Amino acid sequence: MSASPLDQVAAATPVQMATKIKGLSDRAIAWIFVTPTILILLAINIFPLIWTIRLSFTDFRVNRPNAEVSWVGLRNYERVLTDPDIWTAMQATAHFLIWTIVLQVLIGFTLAYLINKKFRGNDLWTTIIVLPMMLSPAVVGNFWTFLYQPQIGLFNYAVSFFTGIDPSSFSMIGDVNLAPWSIVIVDTWMWSPFVMLICLAGLRSIPDSIYEAAECDRASKWRQFWTITIPMVLPFLMLAVLFRGIENFKMFDLVVQLTGGGPGSLTELSSINLKREAFEKWRTGYASAYAVILFVTVFGLASIYVKALNRVKNR
Amino acid sequence: MKHKILTTVIAGAMLSLGHAPAAQADNLTLCWAAWDPANALVELSKGFEEESGHTMSFEFVPWTSFADRMLNELNSGGNLCDLMIGDSQWIGGAAESGQYIKLNDFFDAEGITMDDFIPATVVGYAEWPKNSPNYWALPAFGDVVGWTYRKDWFSRPELQEEFKSTYGWDLDVPETFEQLQQIAEFFQGREIDGNTVYGAAIYTERGSEGITMGAMDVLYSFGFQYEDPENPYSLDGFVNSPESVAGLEFYKTLYDCCSPPGSSNAYMTENIDAYTSGQVALQMNFAFIWPGIHTDANVGGDRSGYFPNPAGPNGDQFAQLGGQGISVVANSDSVDAALEYIKWFAQPEVQAKWWELGGYSALRAVVEDPGFATSQPYAQTFLDSMAIVKDFWAEPSYASLLQATQRRFHDYVIAGNGTAQEALDGLVEDWVEVFEDEGKL
Amino acid sequence: MSFSPTEPSRRQKWVAGTLVVVYALVTILPLVWIIATGFKSPSDAIAYPPKVVFEPTLEGYVNLFTTRTRVSEEDFAALPPPSSWYEQIVRDSGLVIAGPSRYGARFANSLIIGFGSTFLCMILGTAAAYAFSRFRVPIKDDLLFFILSTRMMPPIAVAIPIFLMFKNLGLNDTHAGMILLYTAVNLSLSVWLLKGFIDEIPVEYEEAALIDGYTRFQAFYKVVLPQAATGIASTAIFCLIFAWNEYAFAVLLTSGTAQTAPPFIPTILGVGGQDWPAIAAGATLFLLPVMVFTILLRKHLLRGITFGAVRK
Repeated sequence: MSASPLDQVAAATPVQMATKIKGLSDRAIAWIFVTPTILILLAINIFPLIWTIRLSFTDFRVNRPNAEVSWVGLRNYERVLTDPDIWTAMQATAHFLIWTIVLQVLIGFTLAYLINKKFRGNDLWTTIIVLPMMLSPAVVGNFWTFLYQPQIGLFNYAVSFFTGIDPSSFSMIGDVNLAPWSIVIVDTWMWSPFVMLICLAGLRSIPDSIYEAAECDRASKWRQFWTITIPMVLPFLMLAVLFRGIENFKMFDLVVQLTGGGPGSLTELSSINLKREAFEKWRTGYASAYAVILFVTVFGLASIYVKALNRVKNR
Repeated sequence: MKHKILTTVIAGAMLSLGHAPAAQADNLTLCWAAWDPANALVELSKGFEEESGHTMSFEFVPWTSFADRMLNELNSGGNLCDLMIGDSQWIGGAAESGQYIKLNDFFDAEGITMDDFIPATVVGYAEWPKNSPNYWALPAFGDVVGWTYRKDWFSRPELQEEFKSTYGWDLDVPETFEQLQQIAEFFQGREIDGNTVYGAAIYTERGSEGITMGAMDVLYSFGFQYEDPENPYSLDGFVNSPESVAGLEFYKTLYDCCSPPGSSNAYMTENIDAYTSGQVALQMNFAFIWPGIHTDANVGGDRSGYFPNPAGPNGDQFAQLGGQGISVVANSDSVDAALEYIKWFAQPEVQAKWWELGGYSALRAVVEDPGFATSQPYAQTFLDSMAIVKDFWAEPSYASLLQATQRRFHDYVIAGNGTAQEALDGLVEDWVEVFEDEGKL
Repeated sequence: MSFSPTEPSRRQKWVAGTLVVVYALVTILPLVWIIATGFKSPSDAIAYPPKVVFEPTLEGYVNLFTTRTRVSEEDFAALPPPSSWYEQIVRDSGLVIAGPSRYGARFANSLIIGFGSTFLCMILGTAAAYAFSRFRVPIKDDLLFFILSTRMMPPIAVAIPIFLMFKNLGLNDTHAGMILLYTAVNLSLSVWLLKGFIDEIPVEYEEAALIDGYTRFQAFYKVVLPQAATGIASTAIFCLIFAWNEYAFAVLLTSGTAQTAPPFIPTILGVGGQDWPAIAAGATLFLLPVMVFTILLRKHLLRGITFGAVRK
């Protein structure tokens, strides 16, 4: 195609209609309608991104406006990639990411499967289950620190009620072994319904006729589940995983409020680590390099994943 | 009738004249941490509003997000705050980046002299570079880490007896950290009046500065030094000296043996909660809490006592300096009115009232008054503590230095990773890196 | 009774229903606990074992909206009797009201910024979505993907230059700055969702209008907009909820004047220590509108949270 964009627009407008339209041409309207959105996104997303990339090659610091800024080449990148702290943060992020996705897929799918049995009142209960995910993660996360308190916290009390463990003997947020799970639990509580909703859409998209055909072939329920239900829901499930993956890679608000990254640095996810570098230590250049690396990672992983997703869809 | 209306009008006109020198009335915003002393300052400042005709607004932020919010405000060049009661460690950065106004000329013109203030607070809150006569703030609130204890529990005969037979000395205010630990151990897990109580609430907070402020208290008295006194910025062998290692190990022992459950992220408010709810026998906290403890319904009055940081194994005794100076933000639209406030605030009468309302005045005329030490049960402890203060780095890069400390200390003390030696060796590495970046090494 | 192989048996329904109801009750418990804690007294809130039955009080709400202070015993005794029920509550805890708290202002900021950005976002988003839906815009797919990709960036990663940009433009800690920012963040969602809704409106309606002599603009707002009203409304609510809940940008870019409620609520302090009933009261007031909207939105929920990628 060698046609310029303008020619394409012209070609897009059917001749017989174009002659009848009064006022502005469609081409003009298309531009007027799209331009403001593109401009705003360029100004607030792309321009900052380019700026970040530029800053990542300097030793600029926001809190030192009077200091001279010099180019340092790739030194910031080198320092980020060789800093053991950043790898600890990446590990914490990976632990969080993997476990939240595994648990949310299991719980979300199970719930969707159960709700799809169409028992009476399933709409009402679905709505109730969905509530947590629409709420402000920072506000909810903050309140969970209260629920997690030894002795007086509802969570610890509930655990002791069912297991008999002394509620003041463990601290979800303070204990080294439990803290990484404390954030997984809250995120799973909030976001399993998301996976559930998407799976439910997948389950409902399977035509009854397929099951009826399988029934005629005397396929067992178990076999039907693995050969019909799972493959048909899989593209939906993978989409849910994509959304959750991107969101949890960016995770900041909930965990900051819950654990603040502690104890030690066990739950200091990449975003929290980056925030400390950028807005507490004010190492702007270094943090910019860090930000670029994170962005490239999300984008790269997401692209690979989307390719895989498309392959599953087209099968 | 007519007469009456006339007088009302005149009186009204006079009132409005007296109240508002209209052209000059500014609205000043003062930024500080959200804590009890801030409420007292609001009360105190009513006097300034009446005298000057300016109005005051306040922006108070809780301690754990105070530095975050306010440094963000300063670095973003905002003009929300006209007056900033900023933390002592910010002074280097704010001075070097021109975020605060230098007050020397103003002090000279108004006859305010720093000799009138407690020397430690002048060095700590006002000077940059340290120990040079360059003033960026007026000492506003003296504060220092000290201890609160349950006097009523200490004085129970059955407990005294048991304590003596276990540890061989009388249950009383500890003079060394070793004794403090024994007391904490003694109370840990004990049943008192049907409740399980614990030893000591100490600082363990991760996000801002908590665990550093707590652990440093112990480290100083054990022999920790920030740098070679002969050779500035030379850290190795001082920060990670065997004494420092012993100090950090002690802090971990104290945390492991004697702190209440779930106190892995505790700072000022959490410790107050633990103490006033009757959970702990000892509480580490800044002196600002004492007026509140003294009037508390559960633990106030004779039920609580106060003592300064105990001594380390070599008899050294230091305490972590808290407290702040009041500065004028360079970006403010009302610099003159802000200076007027500082002038008003520095007056001895105002400072005396400040102490009365629960603010720790740093003015010598107030604290050296013969009646001061006995004016409140904690006044003497405050004076004793102020005499032994040390402060964290106040370098422009203090935030990086602090973050490194927070991470190393929390990783070792709370999360139990590695040894104290490794933590402090790591800290030396981190700090050297920061100073290299700064061009100081 | 006819037998259908796909209709679950009664027993299956019963088992599935029970499991789902149990899960729903467990999942709703923390939210119920927030609401209940808002009506507890501070000592009931931290009682052990946690109190399920308690005497409700409005102390949390009073503490949420006021700042209180201690005064000396003499001054306290000399005070005139409390003039209102809320003053009475504060006095009962041995304190005096010093003034109103910041909660009202922060809540108002959340409203202003939430509605402002949603409004702007809907205008821009509807226009762009219409263009993408009806015209053959050059490099359409690339533009649409570009719009979507802006959502993948971690907020903290772009926060540094936005912080610098706002600083230079004087937009730090202003309503205008936050409205602009949230509009930009929400545009991706609104364009994608609205394009889906507009795609579903048969193009014949507009063609008929155009033949009747309407201009494109007239056809857009007299024919398309009314048809898309439900879609626009539900998209608007999604944008509003996002702006309402946002924390990372708010905590970094706002401070005294334009700070919204999410960074503020966790910092609510009582006199002395944490005031959980007040925090719970603040959280309840803040979360309740979203819960109501969620229930209203339930038909469009799936579409909204997946950027229109999944339609029911």
